[in-house]
Amino acid sequence: MSEATANSIQAPQIMVEDLVKRFGDFIAVNRVSFSVHRGEIMGFLGPNGAGKSTLLRVLCGLLHPNAGRAMVAGIDVAQDPEAVRRRIGYMSQKFSLYNDMSVVENLRFFGGVYGVSRRDMQDRLRFAVDMAGLSGREDSLVGTLAGGWKQRLALGAAILHKPAILFLDEPTSGVDPSSRRRFWELIHSLGEEGVSVLVSTHYMDEAEYCNRIALINHGKLIALGTPQELKQHTLDGQLLELSGARISDALATLSRSTGMHNVAMFGSTLHALVDDAALRIPGLQAQLCAEGYAEITIRRIEPSLEDSFVQWVGGNK
Amino acid sequence: MKWRRVRAITVKEALQIVRDPRSLMIALLIPVLQMFLLGYGISLDVKHLPLCIYDRDNTTQSHDLLHHFSASPYFDVQAELHNYADIGRNLDAGACRLAIVIPTGFSKGLADNAGGTVQALVDATDTNTASLAANYARVVIAGYSAQVQLDAIQSRGGQMQTVTPVDVRARVWFNEDLISRNFIIPGVVAMVMAIVGSQLSSLTIAREWERGTMELLISTPVQPMELMVGKLLPYFVVGMLDACICLALAVFWFEVPFRGTLIALFVTTGLFLLVVLCIGYYVSVAIRSQVGASQVALLLTMLPTTLLSGFSFPIDQMPPLVQGVTYLVSGRYYVTLLKALFLKGAPWSELAVPILCLSVYAAVMVVLAARAFRKTLD
Amino acid sequence: MPSAASPLIEVSALTKRFGAVSAVCGINFKVNSGEIFGLVGPDGAGKTTTSRMLAGVMRPDAGSIVIDGVNVLEQPELAKRHVSYMPQRFGLYEDLTVDENIRFYADLFEVDSKVWQQRADSMLAAAEMMPFRKRLAGQLSGGMKQKLGLICSLVHTPRVLLLDEPTTGVDPLSRREFWQILYTLRSEGVAMVLSTAYLDEAERCDRLALMNAGKMMFCDTPAALKARMPGAMLEILGDYPRRLRDAVSPMPGVLSVLLVGTGLHVHVDAPQRARKIQAMLVEQGIAIHSLQTVTPSVEDLFIALLEQDLGKAPAP
Repeated sequence: MSEATANSIQAPQIMVEDLVKRFGDFIAVNRVSFSVHRGEIMGFLGPNGAGKSTLLRVLCGLLHPNAGRAMVAGIDVAQDPEAVRRRIGYMSQKFSLYNDMSVVENLRFFGGVYGVSRRDMQDRLRFAVDMAGLSGREDSLVGTLAGGWKQRLALGAAILHKPAILFLDEPTSGVDPSSRRRFWELIHSLGEEGVSVLVSTHYMDEAEYCNRIALINHGKLIALGTPQELKQHTLDGQLLELSGARISDALATLSRSTGMHNVAMFGSTLHALVDDAALRIPGLQAQLCAEGYAEITIRRIEPSLEDSFVQWVGGNK
Repeated sequence: MKWRRVRAITVKEALQIVRDPRSLMIALLIPVLQMFLLGYGISLDVKHLPLCIYDRDNTTQSHDLLHHFSASPYFDVQAELHNYADIGRNLDAGACRLAIVIPTGFSKGLADNAGGTVQALVDATDTNTASLAANYARVVIAGYSAQVQLDAIQSRGGQMQTVTPVDVRARVWFNEDLISRNFIIPGVVAMVMAIVGSQLSSLTIAREWERGTMELLISTPVQPMELMVGKLLPYFVVGMLDACICLALAVFWFEVPFRGTLIALFVTTGLFLLVVLCIGYYVSVAIRSQVGASQVALLLTMLPTTLLSGFSFPIDQMPPLVQGVTYLVSGRYYVTLLKALFLKGAPWSELAVPILCLSVYAAVMVVLAARAFRKTLD
Repeated sequence: MPSAASPLIEVSALTKRFGAVSAVCGINFKVNSGEIFGLVGPDGAGKTTTSRMLAGVMRPDAGSIVIDGVNVLEQPELAKRHVSYMPQRFGLYEDLTVDENIRFYADLFEVDSKVWQQRADSMLAAAEMMPFRKRLAGQLSGGMKQKLGLICSLVHTPRVLLLDEPTTGVDPLSRREFWQILYTLRSEGVAMVLSTAYLDEAERCDRLALMNAGKMMFCDTPAALKARMPGAMLEILGDYPRRLRDAVSPMPGVLSVLLVGTGLHVHVDAPQRARKIQAMLVEQGIAIHSLQTVTPSVEDLFIALLEQDLGKAPAP
């Protein structure tokens, strides 16, 4: 293998540098930088209005960036958006399938639009149908399919032309959890084949499926790393869960305890941040016993991505 | 019915109207535009019709007849032609709308007391104009014919006292050219009210569905009647305002004579407005998309008002079946009333029947619209 | 004075069909005063339809709903006086200001003028929205719209609050603040039914109902839900998740394996299996970063229950 080939394998499929997109005075994407490598599954996590969709659209060549650079499959998005679109697959939030056409008609349509050659079309159609699990139902109208089937079909339609890069915009909204898992298995197998996948979502727990996550809020990229990295490094301290019958009564007492931060109700439990769990727990237990709340149990828990998101956002304020 | 809730809905609706540029435009701009466009644009009169002449007789009498034509303000003699082919060409090209052919032997026929025949060739692409043109031509010829008779009798030493029927008709046809506008403007007012009223109200319920606020609204204790009254009240006020603008334009700008009482005018306008508002509301309830609702509402109000109210086409000229249908068109009563108020200055006794019909119509529409709305999602 | 023994909301055998599809199939539950009851499930589970029937904006095909002693089917308008409904799309008038929106709903519920003004003042202050009172609702951020929606629904001091997916797509910080408000309401004795597609939000409820395809699969506290899950959940992190999966799946005691971005979530029948699995991975020469027991997520529980429901049949 030559140096050049080795390098091209190493070079990121998507490279974004200081990207800015404005709509009038409103800055939708604010100096975002990141890169995605071959076969990597990258997630954009953020609430509605954070700028995820705008960012995706710029990368697809649908919007022109105001500043910064975005390279997709080695092509500058601002220079040649058409060439970019030939190399990417895109699955939009509402799946974009035609409800009044059959499975196979939809696939043929998208295949044609993506320029799949006649020779390859038959094979690719078969592949997509099998992947979606719709063998035997090729002639069913898409409108009659349930959410999970449509989702897999839409994915199939997006990869008919074997793109090296796949953009998924909120792909699992409206899909039941079993279908969601099955869908992510498919994404992972695509990743194994070297396809780079960029997913945008507002479901925090969905980010766990990704190799790396970028947290986006108000157009800014506030954190980037694997889910584990984000959970471990963003929290300055350790998370405790306190539960018991009269936990809400104990809230006031606990808020005044030393070393306890961010004490908040969580369902019928209390979550609190301490600097060192092992250190603090005995003292807290003793204090609670003294005040008559002996039945309350304390244990250390893993922070969720939502906890780290809140930490990061809070830090940015 | 709780007035506090009605007031809350009225205030909300009023604020939304004022803050929405589209509905403001419908409310204020369109009536004025329509009045001007239609007031000036529509003219049922026919004047300066291009006329071609083919005189095959070429005698003093034929020249005399032709002189009657050229002296008439309704015809402009464009060309004197010399063969039928040329006439054909001119009619095809639209260079003339009417061609008069005086055959050879015309004057001889008159002298022999056998009567004279004149051929008129009419371009009937526009049937309205064509029939008017033919009629005008007939009148001109009748005038000439009367003249010929008079001369003949006088030359025999007799007295001619009879007034030919042609003469009376001539007074109507040849009279002031503003008459058609005086007929038209009241009709335009009715049409404008139909458009504005139905457009404004047809958007109101559909908008709540489209924006997603309806679901919450029906989960509150608000009653369907309260909703309807609250929503239509501001549109009624806007509609009456528009009516004032249109009527003021009619009287002061277009100088249509107004001979009735203001009270009668506002009562009838109020009733008609109520009808179109209820129709719009009903459509808005039935069709949950704003675009769809406004189109259907327009079809149900403007179209009948334009075509079947007696505004553009006289009702008594319509086939009997269609005449029957016009009784269902509220615009018919309103146009009748407007014309009566403007031009005739009719007394209450004459207005009573149409006003009664309009009131019944309004009452029926109010009940229909109120009952149409159900506080349920499905 | 209602005690916890007499529920504020009682739903029994509630059913709703849309043509041939059963959106809600005979569900039953009770909600007491001062309780947050969660309707949890994916889209299409029937949560919104259930909320709508409770709010009286949709008529059920069968079953009964009693809210605060009032039969909703027989006297819907009476029931609406005590219930506040916050649908998914809020119901805010974008071209009206914050104040005008609040006033509108106060008038619809005929709340005494001084009372609602006081409540509005205190709630807006708590939500940190005082400087935005004169702003048009359409110009507020997502989180603020949500808070305004909540304030509007609370202005007439309802005893029952119905929230249909109130936190969808909202940033986590605002979501947290929103829940704090709900907890405050809870301490004031309001009964709340909250529906959500975020399975992890289920843990914040006092009791929850897991719904799927119109049926209620489970109805109890989150703790009871977790107790349902036999065995333990392991998290194995490594560089080649698929290889890991192929290696771990056939191991004894492994009930299911889920691929995540950086490894696996393995459901085993007993916590002791962890050591065995670790040993076997070393034997096979597969390097891993870490292996530890983690708490199962609500989604894990949901899937497990679903499979139980279907008689351990594989997912469709």
